[in-house]
Amino acid sequence: MTTPAAYQVSHLDALEAESIFVMREVVAEMERPVMLFSGGKDSIVMLRLAQKAFAPANVPFPVMHVDTGHNFPEVLEYRDQRVAELGLQLVVASVPEALASGMVRESGDGMRNRIQTPVLLDAVEKHRFDALFGGARRDEEKARAKERVFSFRDEFGQWDPKNQRPELWSLYNGRHHPGESIRVFPLSNWTELDVWHYIARERIPLPSIYYAHEREVIERDGMFYAVNEFFRPRAGEERFKAQVRYRTVGDASCTAAVRSDADTVEKVIEEVAATRITERGATRGDDRVSEAAMEDRKREGYF
Amino acid sequence: MSTEIVAPAPEARAMDLLRFATAGSVDDGKSTLIGRLLYDTKSLFTDQLAAVEAVSAARGDEYTNLALLTDGLRAEREQGITIDVAYRYFATPRRKFIIADTPGHIQYTRNMVTGASTADLALILVDARKGLVEQSRRHAFLCSLLRVPHLVLCVNKMDLVDWSQEVYERIADEFTAFAAKLDVPDLTVVPVSALRGDNIVTRSDNMPWYEGPSLLHHLERVHIASDRNLVDVRFPVQYVIRPQSTTVTDYRGYAGQVASGVLKPGDEVMVLPSGFTSRIAAVETADGPVPEAFPPMSVTVRLADEIDISRGDLICRPNNAPAVAQDIEAMVCWMDETAPLRVGARYAIKHTTRSARAIVRGLHYRLDINSLHRDESADELRLNEIGRVRLRTTVPLLADEYRRNRTTGGFVIIDEATNRTVGAAMIVEAN
Ligand SMILES: Nc1nc2c(ncn2[C@@H]2O[C@H](COP(=O)(O)OP(=O)(O)OP(=O)(O)O)[C@@H](O)[C@H]2O)c(=O)[nH]1
Ligand SMILES: [Mg+2]
Repeated sequence: MTTPAAYQVSHLDALEAESIFVMREVVAEMERPVMLFSGGKDSIVMLRLAQKAFAPANVPFPVMHVDTGHNFPEVLEYRDQRVAELGLQLVVASVPEALASGMVRESGDGMRNRIQTPVLLDAVEKHRFDALFGGARRDEEKARAKERVFSFRDEFGQWDPKNQRPELWSLYNGRHHPGESIRVFPLSNWTELDVWHYIARERIPLPSIYYAHEREVIERDGMFYAVNEFFRPRAGEERFKAQVRYRTVGDASCTAAVRSDADTVEKVIEEVAATRITERGATRGDDRVSEAAMEDRKREGYF
Repeated sequence: MSTEIVAPAPEARAMDLLRFATAGSVDDGKSTLIGRLLYDTKSLFTDQLAAVEAVSAARGDEYTNLALLTDGLRAEREQGITIDVAYRYFATPRRKFIIADTPGHIQYTRNMVTGASTADLALILVDARKGLVEQSRRHAFLCSLLRVPHLVLCVNKMDLVDWSQEVYERIADEFTAFAAKLDVPDLTVVPVSALRGDNIVTRSDNMPWYEGPSLLHHLERVHIASDRNLVDVRFPVQYVIRPQSTTVTDYRGYAGQVASGVLKPGDEVMVLPSGFTSRIAAVETADGPVPEAFPPMSVTVRLADEIDISRGDLICRPNNAPAVAQDIEAMVCWMDETAPLRVGARYAIKHTTRSARAIVRGLHYRLDINSLHRDESADELRLNEIGRVRLRTTVPLLADEYRRNRTTGGFVIIDEATNRTVGAAMIVEAN
């Protein structure tokens, strides 16, 4: 006789099982799913889970990158390599193209966070996607902590946080009218540390910028920004070389690095376990706009 | 009442996961308690705390309002109440926790139900000054209806009643008497002050008369492994994997998450609703075959025989099968403010991986939450009302009693016009 204690799974296995369940529900019930894939660690983990969910068959949906034009070259390269390896179809929703066609206009501060939303929504409409997988996690931010796994969006892509569908057990309601869609968050219950433990366990390769490297940076609002073609120091901001790594990868004009010597996955796990600052707090200029910056963007259709 | 188990050193075993939800009336201190738990276990990040301190200071609060850690929406902060569930995560060396902090306001009961539906344990908070109010009873009742296996009554705001043992015992007794009328398998009672942290992470010096463990101590040790049903094999087929590939040919696997029971290669199985039997040829994951599968594993099952199986079918054992039923008796919690549940109305339903339509054939009674009195003259269920309903479905459900199986016993009711989820149903009887 096996004891009941033998029938235990680790919390990482429980999270994996839940994410795979969610993905299979979407593919079984929705007509045109797509997975957001930026080359960031969360979307990389999400893609790995998708491979696992449908193996030995191929991932049964395309991936989409909302390209702000402000990319880290290592990340773009990673994206293309991964897409080629897995034989995926890649849809690029391009902010530079939308700027050129006049669909959106550059915002005053040069940040492309807000203007990527109409570009995303346009691509969704054009391809008639009805389910969009996103790698957002509830532990990232207080508005995200409130979102359902299946998050309904109206025909304008808007989220209504005061009127979310009840979501009981693991019964996800993806029903919608034409033009409406569902954002799906398979990593809802994962934390940053879970993601890193999983990357280590599964030996998932990541873009090199997630590990410590030397880079020319400036310090602004206590964050370290890499000097590159999208980010120019202001007068008085001094450039210097530092050992840094990225905790998140977003738009290169507003994503900052953290000082770090963690050049292996094990060291990153140690660092993340000990850190006292949230990943977005440490690295995202875009969240600092106001107390409810994320909620406001999400209402407009941001991921 | 918690079972003491001697756990091996944390590094010696994989960490397990406890999901718990808060419950109780508005302002009884649920969000504050979660904030305190996160704060005292050092699970907070400095920037989160700084943000909350800044908001509190700007509003002129006398102390940092820890409820702001979970009340993250603009409207919640403006109104000082929780509107929707916030999920938070923390871990101690013993366990990893997923918290669902739910709203107490009656208007948002459906969000409380959302949070409690997946919980292993619910914390029911009561304000020591007010005692049990209707909403405390409603939430306790919902927790028992949803069969949250473990309940903890937190008698909160003990600082405002002079840490009185008498007040605590009166409330504990009243609640225990109410719980006796419900189906509550495990109840623990703790006197706390969420605001000041008494009995949250460490035992309080202010209540020497209380001899039980702190709340965290209980959460870390409450025995949940036996809550799972490892007896009844239930495997709802979610998706059929059939690679269209030149390298993998003739592969046919049934993907799903094990709802209950243990599946092993060689086991005799029956597929419902067809009733065909076969043997399990293999249980697979992307990482290769596994010797057995049990909840909550997501796996792919392959059978020895070619039988026609599709999404919504269920794999079980020939001598232990759920009902194949179109007449369903269920307790329903109604969650729609725009229209009540009415006899004769038609809805869509989702049960495991199966979708169907259903017509409401009858409403036996509506429950009065306070008295648990059954009102048999009721002819509809309005928002937040609970009643026993008879439904007839277009296709058979492969159903167990909810008390036996939280996965094959529950379903949601969906309004076909608005597509909104309007009801939560727990099966009492299926024929
Ligand atoms: N004195 C005292 N006040 C408390 C205690 N716990 C909570 N409070 C206060 O009670 C008020 C309501 O607390 P919340 O935590 O927001 O209550 P809640 O149960 O989350 O309310 P809803 O989510 O809206 O149902 C706040 O002003 C808290 O500071 C306590 O132990 N002692
Ligand atoms: Mg609250």
